[in-house]
Amino acid sequence: MDSFGSDFSSGAAESGKMDPGTIMEQVKVQIAVANAQELLQRMTDKCFKKCVGKPGGSLDNSEQKCIAMCMDRYMDAWNTVSRAYNSRLQRERARI
Amino acid sequence: MDPQLQQFIEVESQKQRFQQLVHQMTDVCWEKCMDKPGPKLDSRTETCFVNCVERFIDTSQFILNRLEQTQRGRGSLTESMSD
Repeated sequence: MDSFGSDFSSGAAESGKMDPGTIMEQVKVQIAVANAQELLQRMTDKCFKKCVGKPGGSLDNSEQKCIAMCMDRYMDAWNTVSRAYNSRLQRERARI
Repeated sequence: MDPQLQQFIEVESQKQRFQQLVHQMTDVCWEKCMDKPGPKLDSRTETCFVNCVERFIDTSQFILNRLEQTQRGRGSLTESMSD
């Protein structure tokens, strides 16, 4: 995953280096950030539902363990879906 | 517009549509296929996800096809919705 900590706003605008190449790179980064955020948001939602019962004063050990496993399983699921969808698209294109 | 930029926009838009659908299907299929998260994704669960993707796309195509048929027979969708 691309890093999403750095700030691209100041440098390019000031030095006037807003060529298409720079714009495209910046857009790609922003898209990657948006996708990461979407993934995290949905993962948090699912894992909270699966792992946290009646909310207590803190996350206990079993809840934390569950959430950690849930994160990995969500990534596995996401990758499985991505592969399956890609296969299906290729099959559909082959038919045309 | 710069043709390089134009192509870039088309390619990235298509990539995004793909990503969005993966997010959506993972979400929906998680509800259908996932019990308690374990140490790994067992093959039965994995098969469920694969089937889920296929059936989701089948559903989407089914809806589009039937919509097309209904429109030919009964006029617009909004007409057939007004009862």
